[in-house]
Amino acid sequence: MTDFSTSRRSLFKGGASLLAAAATMSGDELLGYAKAWAETSQWKPEAGAKVNLLRWKRFVEAEDVAFMKIVDAFQKANNVTINVSNESYDDIQPKASVAANTGQGLDMVWGLYSLPFLFPAKCVDMSDVADYLGKKCGGWAPSGEAYGKYNGKWIGIPVAATGGLVNYRMSAAEKAGHKEFPKDLAGFADLIKGMNKNGTPAGMALGHASGDANGWLHWALWAHGGNLIDKDNKVVINSPETAKALEYVKGLYENFVPGTASWNDSSNNKAFLAGQLYLTVNGISIYVTAKTENPQMAADINHAHLPAGVDGKTRELHLGFPILVFNFSKFPQTCKAFTAFMLEPDQFNPWVQAAQGYLSPFLTGYNSNPIWTSDPKNTPYRDVAATANTPAGIGKMGEDAAAAIADFVVVDMFANYCTGREDLKTAMMTAERSAKRIFR
Amino acid sequence: MSTLQTSVTVEAPRADAPSLWSRLRVNRNWLGMWFMLPAAAFLVLFLAYPLGLGIWMSFTDERIGRPGIFIGAENYQWLWDDSIFWLSVFNTLLYTLIASAIKFAVGLYLALLLNRHMPFKALIRSIVLIPFIVPTVLSAIAFWWIYDAQFSIISWSLIRLGIIEHNINFLGDGNWARASVIFANIWRGVPFVAITLLAGLQTVSPSLYEAATLDGASNWQRFRYITYPLLTPIIAVVMTFSVLFTFTDFQLIWALTRGGPVNATHLMATLSYQRGIISGRLGEGAAIATAMIPFLLAAIAISWFGMQRRKWQQGSNND
Repeated sequence: MTDFSTSRRSLFKGGASLLAAAATMSGDELLGYAKAWAETSQWKPEAGAKVNLLRWKRFVEAEDVAFMKIVDAFQKANNVTINVSNESYDDIQPKASVAANTGQGLDMVWGLYSLPFLFPAKCVDMSDVADYLGKKCGGWAPSGEAYGKYNGKWIGIPVAATGGLVNYRMSAAEKAGHKEFPKDLAGFADLIKGMNKNGTPAGMALGHASGDANGWLHWALWAHGGNLIDKDNKVVINSPETAKALEYVKGLYENFVPGTASWNDSSNNKAFLAGQLYLTVNGISIYVTAKTENPQMAADINHAHLPAGVDGKTRELHLGFPILVFNFSKFPQTCKAFTAFMLEPDQFNPWVQAAQGYLSPFLTGYNSNPIWTSDPKNTPYRDVAATANTPAGIGKMGEDAAAAIADFVVVDMFANYCTGREDLKTAMMTAERSAKRIFR
Repeated sequence: MSTLQTSVTVEAPRADAPSLWSRLRVNRNWLGMWFMLPAAAFLVLFLAYPLGLGIWMSFTDERIGRPGIFIGAENYQWLWDDSIFWLSVFNTLLYTLIASAIKFAVGLYLALLLNRHMPFKALIRSIVLIPFIVPTVLSAIAFWWIYDAQFSIISWSLIRLGIIEHNINFLGDGNWARASVIFANIWRGVPFVAITLLAGLQTVSPSLYEAATLDGASNWQRFRYITYPLLTPIIAVVMTFSVLFTFTDFQLIWALTRGGPVNATHLMATLSYQRGIISGRLGEGAAIATAMIPFLLAAIAISWFGMQRRKWQQGSNND
């Protein structure tokens, strides 16, 4: 966020030309490219393969259009069929789970968070695809490996993540005495307090919002040195560090706009765009919407990473989008080929661009995509992979950690204490017990 | 019959084998069994088998995509001292009791009103059914906007009227949230109770009321000694269904609060889904679902035994 200004102009120029190149590679050219790719590919799609792919419903329309172009070119070049069905965020996991359990219906799922870790035994080993992409696209960020690898094998390919970063109105932050976005915990708390005093409150979800609430509350826990589990996946939530995190979040909560305990994933978007909320933690979608619907507001919006923790390091939980192939699929080669094809720079770059900052890849090569610098407000989202942790934190990602986050153990602990339903000790004990039930 | 038998005894040994078949052939029960078989198979396949499987699963540690092994009552032991589970039991009972009682009272009142002669009777009766016809998720989304922390129309109106100063925290405060979801459930459930009770009211012969009126019975007396006793069987059936539907409600809660804030509106059904499907612990989810069965059986038993007692049905004492 600091070093780009010197070369902003040149980067922007570069971005524009690349954008133009991407735009021209539609239709026939893309098909020709796909054919050439198919000939040299190490994965040979099964003849006449019919693949059912389930993916999350798009947030940004251009992203979906770009994705379907890739699908189309792949189908034609390889003479296979890929049925793409879209489901809303909340319905992806149940559907994928049913498919995993019954062994039919879907061949591959492009889901959320740690989906492959819910049923690692049902996922095809994607190590060859991951290695191929890693070599080709500048290597995987460590967080990418953490999101994809289970017991040394890649059980899913983390396509990208939606960064959960601070969205704020610059004018409101400045009025609260923070012209520069605060870099430490105390400064951040002061900002939230100041904003509330000025009648331009902040707010972050404390309800059962799987993306928003889990994201910033895990940051708060980790920033204070707290953890749900240690390196050996032993439950260590009941700790003085957690207590500090609870106190800190309660301090923030008391200065939030009222009602955050009931918020779901869309509440902060609505309130922010309606001009009732001046700071929240979210993907870039608020800014993207504001650019078309309320340019005046968009000009006042900026993004920042959450402040560093007590040890000076920033650990955030972002919404990952892993793609997985079921081991009962009859067409694993087709699925692998498609996964590799879709992350190939020639189409992934335009696609990342089409997503307008909503998708931050885990492959470090994509950090040079012009989308991150063409608009400096996008830049914080470039570094999402660098700050990302899995829901397991310092522990080992697996079924249990995936279950803990789905069961809102950490969110409920914070909400319990902040809303005054339980005192500090009881809130930690309840969470400890819930976690022990899961990590038994 | 007996005389007939004595007359054919001589031929008995020879006629014995076909007689079983011929007797079966004309036996109505035997025939009836065959007619019932498809329905029974259907019930076993789609009701008894999944139910049995669910109960079995609750004794295993099955997870999604991975078969479980038998672990005895371990799931239940964990639930036994799980405060969130007991909170969900409490919520479910509270939700069912309050919502059912109000649905019954309002539904009965509405049915009595609709039973009167009035202009546009048919039209009004069909309008009453609307909340019941609207898909649950749609009405839940409508309520979600009504209860929204920032955009609630109720808060907005009250603030404009100068009655309150801040938005009401409908779904963010535990008790408000409970009241809100119960209200939404009542809104949806009243038409079912009202229309069914109305159907029951129509079967009451008008001559009874005429006779009572001639005897000088007051409105209340006519309701208490004619309407109510004759309506009792219908009430028993309606309330059984109403209680069962309310107890197992899922969509409304899931769309409105996801069980929040801080699990204050988690029902057993939603908790079971969250743990079983969302976090992948099928065994534990099944244990929570199985724990609902005793409550449901109790609800059914009450109305079942009630309906068995004919005198109770007719409104007199059971002496």
